[in-house]
Amino acid sequence: MTFQRKHILGLEELSAEEITLILDTAESMKEVSARDVKKVPALRGVTVCNLFYEPSTRTRSSFEIAEKRLSADVLNFTLSHSSVTKGETLLDTARNLEAMGASVIVIRHPMSGSPWLLAKELNSSIINAGDGSHEHPSQALLDLFTIREMKGEIKGLKVAIVGDILHSRVARSNVWGLIKLGAEVRVVGPPTLIPKYIENANARTFYNLEEAIEGADVIIMLRIQMERQESVYFPSLREYSRFYGLTREKLKGADKDATVMHPGPINRGIELSSDIADDASSVILDQVSNGIAVRMAMFYLVASAGRNQ
Amino acid sequence: MAKKILMDSETIDRTIVRITSEILEKNKGARELAVIGIRTRGVHIAERIVKRINKLEKIKPPMGTLDITLYRDDLRRKTEWPKVERTEIPFSVEDKEVILVDDVIYTGRTTRAALEEIMDFGRPSSIQLVAMVDRGHRELPIQPDYLGIQVNTLSTEKVRVHLKETDGKDEVIVKKG
Repeated sequence: MTFQRKHILGLEELSAEEITLILDTAESMKEVSARDVKKVPALRGVTVCNLFYEPSTRTRSSFEIAEKRLSADVLNFTLSHSSVTKGETLLDTARNLEAMGASVIVIRHPMSGSPWLLAKELNSSIINAGDGSHEHPSQALLDLFTIREMKGEIKGLKVAIVGDILHSRVARSNVWGLIKLGAEVRVVGPPTLIPKYIENANARTFYNLEEAIEGADVIIMLRIQMERQESVYFPSLREYSRFYGLTREKLKGADKDATVMHPGPINRGIELSSDIADDASSVILDQVSNGIAVRMAMFYLVASAGRNQ
Repeated sequence: MAKKILMDSETIDRTIVRITSEILEKNKGARELAVIGIRTRGVHIAERIVKRINKLEKIKPPMGTLDITLYRDDLRRKTEWPKVERTEIPFSVEDKEVILVDDVIYTGRTTRAALEEIMDFGRPSSIQLVAMVDRGHRELPIQPDYLGIQVNTLSTEKVRVHLKETDGKDEVIVKKG
């Protein structure tokens, strides 16, 4: 199959075949990062703009490295330096970037749905780098890539996603991606942090961590996002950690080769006990290097599809 | 559709034997050689050359595969971009005599892309080109160092190298467009 999408906005709208094509392409891209000269000329002459309305170091750096490895010209727009602080609207800013020649725009924005607005209004290809608490497709794709690399295939795996499902765009994108590729998805967290969409997505809901991770092949631990907790969803961090923090003892119920993943940055001692965090950190570093390959694949595929439309 | 067989299985075998001997003669053995095949069919021809070298010299030169998709000069105009396959060069090309293998040489643009890609892996002491078929119509100043056969073709015709590994049998054919 060939990739027909000009934009990559979320995993909810991608098919299993499209997701698999992105992962396969990423596998080929991974080798480029192991070379002496870590650069291929595929996107020469293409200008990519990273438009970040939220602070982000690792996602933005990963996107930027991916763009540079494909020889694209890179333009960075971050909140503190941009005209946003002077009151310009998102669309006006984006239109300006397009006028400067950007043909791919990577956007992170605190409002859910903003990448769709740009996709509708602009001619550029849009890549969603995280919109509000909605989707974060590149992170989910790199999680899927890492899981596939470690376990061989995703179909049939039991995957538990633990923590603040409600505010987590990583969780949402992962739920869609994992289910499309045939995994059995279980989400677990305090009832206040389990959103409604889970029922429609065919994921199973648990409120007890031990039950949720029984026999699990992969456990994705989410970060408690202090900055997104506008009201109180659980009584105290200590209580949260006692019920939903992963420890060596609780992990015994999972598959003996279970992989623990975390999108980072880890709150040590809250989501993960320190010893588990140490074990998980090697996977986390894998995820970082896989992230570059996955984002290179996303650029290659949207640039190719964008050219036909 | 009219189809003409240019080489049969035996001719292909003999050609690989001859090309391998020429490579060994020119490079005075196989000690500094590395063989790199261009996906897809160049890889299988490269494998056969490596096997033959091994038989004659008792040395197995390192082998790599090249996918030139990310180096194509027509990416900016092609309507459908090809799927990217993996390039694998699991050895250092520094100071190697690199034998680059392709099935058909036509415009020379694939070879150009392959040369650029190999250079990104290091600085070989030379790159020498093997092609099973030269069908003419070059658009760049690139010529093979070792050649199976040369044929005159119309640009509307299609030249196909079929190999057991991918197509079930060995033959080189030309089809009217």
